[in-house]
Amino acid sequence: MTTLAPPAVREKKTTVNGGRSGPVAWMAVPALLMFLAFGVVPLLGVVALSFTTWDGLGDIHPSGLTSWRAVLGDPGLVHALWVTFLIMALSWLFQTPLSLLIGTFLAGRQRYREVLAVIYFLPLLLSSAALAITYKALLDPNFGLGPGLGSSLLTQDWLGRGNLALGVVVFVVSWQFIPFHSLIYQGGVRQIPVSLYEAAQLDGAGTVRQFFRITLPQLKYTIITSSTLMVVGSLTFFDLIYVLTAGGPSDATRALALDMYQRGFKASLMGPASAIAVILVLVGLGLALLLRRLGGDADESQLEGA
Amino acid sequence: MTRIPMSRRSFLTLTAGTGAAAALAACGSSGPGTSSGGGANADYWFLSGAPGETIRGGAVERFNKGDNGGKITPNAVQNDAYKDKIKTAIGAGQAPTVIWGWGGGGLKSYVEANQVEDLTDWFGQNAAVKDRLFPSSFGPATIDGKIYAMPAETVAPIVLFYNKEVFEKAGATPPQSWGDIMNLVTLFNSKKIAPFSLGGQSRWTNMMWLEFLFDRIGGSEVFQAVFEGEKDAWSHPAAKQALTEMQKLINAQGFVKGFSSITADSNADQALLYTGKAAMMVHGAWTYGSMQNDGGNFVKDGKLGWMNFPPVEGGKGDPSDTVGNPGQYYSISSKATPEQKELAKKFFASGVLDDTEVKGWVDAGQVPIVKGADAQFAGSKDAEFLKFIYDTSSNAKTFAQSWDQALSPTAAEALLDNIAKLFQVSISPDQFITNMNAVIGK
Repeated sequence: MTTLAPPAVREKKTTVNGGRSGPVAWMAVPALLMFLAFGVVPLLGVVALSFTTWDGLGDIHPSGLTSWRAVLGDPGLVHALWVTFLIMALSWLFQTPLSLLIGTFLAGRQRYREVLAVIYFLPLLLSSAALAITYKALLDPNFGLGPGLGSSLLTQDWLGRGNLALGVVVFVVSWQFIPFHSLIYQGGVRQIPVSLYEAAQLDGAGTVRQFFRITLPQLKYTIITSSTLMVVGSLTFFDLIYVLTAGGPSDATRALALDMYQRGFKASLMGPASAIAVILVLVGLGLALLLRRLGGDADESQLEGA
Repeated sequence: MTRIPMSRRSFLTLTAGTGAAAALAACGSSGPGTSSGGGANADYWFLSGAPGETIRGGAVERFNKGDNGGKITPNAVQNDAYKDKIKTAIGAGQAPTVIWGWGGGGLKSYVEANQVEDLTDWFGQNAAVKDRLFPSSFGPATIDGKIYAMPAETVAPIVLFYNKEVFEKAGATPPQSWGDIMNLVTLFNSKKIAPFSLGGQSRWTNMMWLEFLFDRIGGSEVFQAVFEGEKDAWSHPAAKQALTEMQKLINAQGFVKGFSSITADSNADQALLYTGKAAMMVHGAWTYGSMQNDGGNFVKDGKLGWMNFPPVEGGKGDPSDTVGNPGQYYSISSKATPEQKELAKKFFASGVLDDTEVKGWVDAGQVPIVKGADAQFAGSKDAEFLKFIYDTSSNAKTFAQSWDQALSPTAAEALLDNIAKLFQVSISPDQFITNMNAVIGK
C-alpha cells in the first residue's frame, strides 16, 4: 500500500492540470499513516532503544553508547555482515540468470508454457518455515534423501559444515524466490514491442542474438527492480535460516537478522540487538539507493527508434 | 516504484522485533484484570504437546470443578515459541497469573525485574505442600534464599541410554568408566556403528556431555563457581581437562557422522539409537516416552538399556551426581490482582500434583516430584525405568540443573554458542575458557 505514495508525488509534479493532483494526493494518506505507525514509529523506537540497556523484562536504562560500543567492538558483527553479504551476492548470482532465462521462456504464449508457468510458481506459495523443515528432513544425513536413495553424493553433512550449510541456504532461498523473479521477467519480456523482434528477424538475427541484443537491454529496468528486491530482501532472510540451521554450524550462517534476534530475544540484550537493527536499516537503505543510482535517469526512454 | 517498497521491507524486519512485542502483548490482554462476574479468573500458560498438555489441562479442569471462588483459564503454547512469548508478555506487563517455567536463570531475571511473587512465606504457612515434594526440586526455585516458584510436574535427569541388541552383537558391555567409553568408540567404529547418537544442531544436546564431564572430573563445585559468578571460574583446571577430553571424543569419531546437522526436536537422534545405527545416547529421561511411541517394539522388547553417566578415572566428582531438570516451576505474576494471586495459591495447594496428576505422569513413563511416588510404579509397564529415575534422582548427592536453565539468558546464549563451536572443533578449550570467562556474572 505504501507504493501509492511516490506516484502521487510524481503526479503532482507532472500533471499540468492542478485540479487532479488534490484527490490523488489524499489517496496516499491512509498508506502514509500506516507507514508512519508501523514503519517510522517503531524505527524511532528501535533507534532510541539502541542507546539503552534493557533485558526485555525490567526497566529500560539509558546507557548512552554502551550498546553501540558492544556491538561495534564485537568481531561477531563483522562476521554477520560478511555472511549477510555472502548470502546476498551468491543468491543474486544464482537467481538472476536462472530467473531471466525462465522468465523469457515463460513469456512465450504457447499453451505448454502457460502450464509450466503455473507449476513453476508453486514454491512461492509455500511458507519459508515449512520449506526449511522439509529441506531439513530431506538433507538429514541418516534418514534423508541421500541415505534413502543410497546415493553417497547426496549423503553429506549438509547443515553441519560451514560452507555446505551456506550453500544449502542459498539454494533453498533461490528455490523459493526464482518463481517470483521469473514472473517479473516474464512481465518485462512481454512488454517488449514485437516490432523489435520482427525487425531483427528481417535483419537475420538468430534467437540467441535476439536475446542478447534486444531482450536483455530492454529488460534493464526489470533487472534493476528484480535485483533490488533480491538484494534488499536478502537482508530480511530470517525464518528460513532460523529453522534450517539456526545460524549454525557454530556461526557459519548467522546473518545480521539472525544475530539481531539471537541477541535480543535469546540473550536478552535488547540494546545491542536494536543497534544491529539500525545497522540493518542503514545497509538496506544504502543498497536500495545505490541500485537506484545504477539504474540511471528513470526518464530516459528505452524505446527510442522503435 | 523501487525505493519505497524496499525500505518498507527492511522496516518490516525491524518492526518484527518491536511488532512481535506488540502482537504478543495483545495476545496476553485477555489475561489480567478481565475478570467477569463473580470471583477472579486467572490465566495460566503452559507448554503444549503430549503427554504434558493433557495432564496439565486435566489438573486445571479438576480444580475448576471445585468451589474456589474463581476459574483458571489454561492456554497451551508450543515449546519453542513459549520461551519468547512469555518473556515478551512479562516485559510488557501482560503476564498470565500463573507463569510456567524452568526456574533457575530465567526465573532470576523475572525476580530481578520484580515480576513474580515471593512465595517463601506461603510455603512457610503451607509446610504440607512443601514437604510433599523432593527437596532437591526447590534449588532452581530459590533465588537469594527466597522461593519464587512452586516446583511441579516431573524430574528428568540426563541418562546414558544404550541399545542392548547392538551391544550384544558387538560383544560389548556397558561402559563403567570414561576409559571404557573411549574403548567402545573404537570398537563400534570398527563395526561401522556410530558409538553415540547426538542431535548437535540443538546445542543444548552437546551441553549435556560437558555437564557430566565437568562433574565427574572436577566435582559439582566447578560449575557451581560459574553459577555464583566467581571471577574466572571457567579457568578451573578440571574445566580444561573436561573440554580437552570432550574434543578427544569428538576427534575419535565418538559421535554419529553429521551430528551437527541433526536436531533434537525432530527426534532423529533417538531414531538413530532405536534403529541400531548408533549404540549409545546421552539424553534426558523424557526421551524414554518418545522412544516408546516411535521405536516400535524397541522399548517393549527390553532392547533399551539405561545407566547413570560413568565416572572418569581419577575424577573428583561423586558418581551418584546427576544433572537435568529437577522439576518444572510455576510462578505467580506480581502484576496479578490479589484475588487472582489467592486463586493461584489455592491451585498450587490443592490442584497441582493431585493424585490423578501424579498417576497421569507415572502412566506417561515419567517420575513426578512427589515423595513416595514410587508406590505407584508397581504394575506400570515402565516400572523398571521409573524406579531407576526415582532412585537416581533421590540418591544423587548433587542434582544439578541444566546449565542453560541455571544461567542468565545472556550467559546461557554465550555458553551454547561456544559449545557449538567447541563441538565443531573450531575453537580450542583455551579459547572456550577465555570466551566464557568474559560473560561470567552477566
